[in-house]
Amino acid sequence: MPYQCIVCVKQVPDTANVTGDAMKADGTVNRGALPAVFNPDDLHALEAALAVRDEHGGSVTAITMGPLGATEVLRECLYRGADRVALVSDRRAAASDTLATSYILAQAVRTVGNFDIVFCGRQAIDGDTAQVGPQMAEKLGLPQITYFEQFIDLSDHQARVRRNVGNGWEVLDVRLPVLVTTLDTANRPRPASARRVMRAKRARAAAEIDREVDAAMKQATDSERQAEKDARVGALRDHGLLIEQYDLDDIHADLKWCGIAGSPTRVHRVQSIVLTKEGFKAVEPTEEGVREMIHELIVDHTLG
Amino acid sequence: MIEPNRQGEVWVFAEQEDEHLSDVSLELCGKARELADRLNVSMGAVLIGWNVRELSYRLIALGADNVYHVHDTRLEHYRTLPYARVMCQLIQKHEPQIVLYGATAQGRDLAPRIASAMRAGLTADCTDLDIGAYTEPKTKTVHENLLLQVRPAFGGNIIATIINCDRWPQMATVREGVMRLNDADPGRRGQIVEEAIEFDDFDLSVKLIERHREKRTVDLKAARTIVAGGAGVANAQDFQLIHELAGAIGGAVGASRGAVDAGYISKEYQVGQTGTTVRPALYIACGVSGAVQHRAGMEESAKIIAINWDKDAPIFGVAHYGIVGDLRKVIPMMIKAIRQKD
Repeated sequence: MPYQCIVCVKQVPDTANVTGDAMKADGTVNRGALPAVFNPDDLHALEAALAVRDEHGGSVTAITMGPLGATEVLRECLYRGADRVALVSDRRAAASDTLATSYILAQAVRTVGNFDIVFCGRQAIDGDTAQVGPQMAEKLGLPQITYFEQFIDLSDHQARVRRNVGNGWEVLDVRLPVLVTTLDTANRPRPASARRVMRAKRARAAAEIDREVDAAMKQATDSERQAEKDARVGALRDHGLLIEQYDLDDIHADLKWCGIAGSPTRVHRVQSIVLTKEGFKAVEPTEEGVREMIHELIVDHTLG
Repeated sequence: MIEPNRQGEVWVFAEQEDEHLSDVSLELCGKARELADRLNVSMGAVLIGWNVRELSYRLIALGADNVYHVHDTRLEHYRTLPYARVMCQLIQKHEPQIVLYGATAQGRDLAPRIASAMRAGLTADCTDLDIGAYTEPKTKTVHENLLLQVRPAFGGNIIATIINCDRWPQMATVREGVMRLNDADPGRRGQIVEEAIEFDDFDLSVKLIERHREKRTVDLKAARTIVAGGAGVANAQDFQLIHELAGAIGGAVGASRGAVDAGYISKEYQVGQTGTTVRPALYIACGVSGAVQHRAGMEESAKIIAINWDKDAPIFGVAHYGIVGDLRKVIPMMIKAIRQKD
């Protein structure tokens, strides 16, 4: 029995590898210098969805919300085997907290069509909140299975699921549709297939085409540019390479629940972590240096 | 959501499993008591389960004025939907101004479900909570006595203070080990309020078939000394040195995410933002670069020794003693020095 799967993915700054260039002279992080990456847990969500489709049939649709550049993660989804991808992009969605984000994504899920299983990663490395998945489940009126590790059985719109709660595990029976948030221990994401990369690397959203044509045809008239855009978008659509693009109106989002208006939480203060390079006692890596240090720790009762 | 209610109580979701309250719930009672006193309101705890009424007295001894007790066989084991139903109904009925949850597997599953249903704010993984004022930048409207929710963000590279002006309750999850456990006062008086909740078919639609819990085998929080290895340890054989040093000192072994990812040691030994938060008397970081995620879990240690070949490693920023050198040489020297002290 085929299952229609939707995967929510996110492009995030690579906060896990803050190295040299990303540190400013004052010891704080230069957020702009961090490379954008596919949120690690979301790769496992994608793999879980692809595995369901490969075994049972159906489809995998990946959705992301973000600026135009976020299509990069959607192309990555196509490289790894997603059937369909969609971008939700709208300036009015800026500054959404997790509650507003989950509302917008829930509207997007409803818009892209019928679904049996919605997959999210457990959490995203820029905020580590793990809130959007459960909040989307509530908005969609679905049961949620967080910390998803495995489908023990999936048949007849009924799933037997194993979740790992850190200090143990549980097996639950749940009727589809359901939303699951996927752990990185659930699977090993497949690599991109070379054949799919060759095919899908040209995939673009319409707004990307606009930008490319505007940059390439600066001297042309508006109507010439428009004709070129239409031609390129048409060609992509014919080849199934046009990335679907939605704004908040397209997904019938009520603006009062989006962006700042839809966000109960506000950032009051932000303080950068400053790494100080002072204040520690340098110990020579010699027998004598080490013995001295151990002696001090014994004297102040830290040791022994 | 509920309207701001200045008389509302400060609540703790008293997480229990197999008739044991979670450590973080006990820690939160102390913090909630402190916040309630600052706001001059009562403190409440919500205790959900089957045959767990006895636990109310512990919550009262730790500061609760009211324990809202929901008793139902169907609530014996945690499940998202019926627990969320209980919390939402109680929040609507009693209108607490603050609700705190442990940032555990249970709390992180439950709290966002409630926040969404209530359309209220929620801040994850707070490392500090306080009461303070907030001025809206545009209108200059001042909101007094809000919950200041302090949390690391952006991989721990920044510390953000989050507030929720008007879509209450103000809710936050807090990691285990961050708040100090207060001494229980067995003489404190409090009230147990029995509550009954109705469930519909959807609430009960997910069935728990099998459940397994492991005893906590690694107790980093209780260790007086922790010797932690990081990705700077070159291989699994060198990681053995970490165990040897811990053995010589009589301390526990910990690890950074880098060492866990490299497969030197299992995840339960991980210290840091996504592992355990520790504050031992002595923390020895060997080959740990000191990514902020790791520092967030250990920088409260009373004394920190950092051993790293890279003199620019961020770990030296929080260290009391810094040894720039090869841990394969330094650790045996330390073991020798410790053995000679006797």
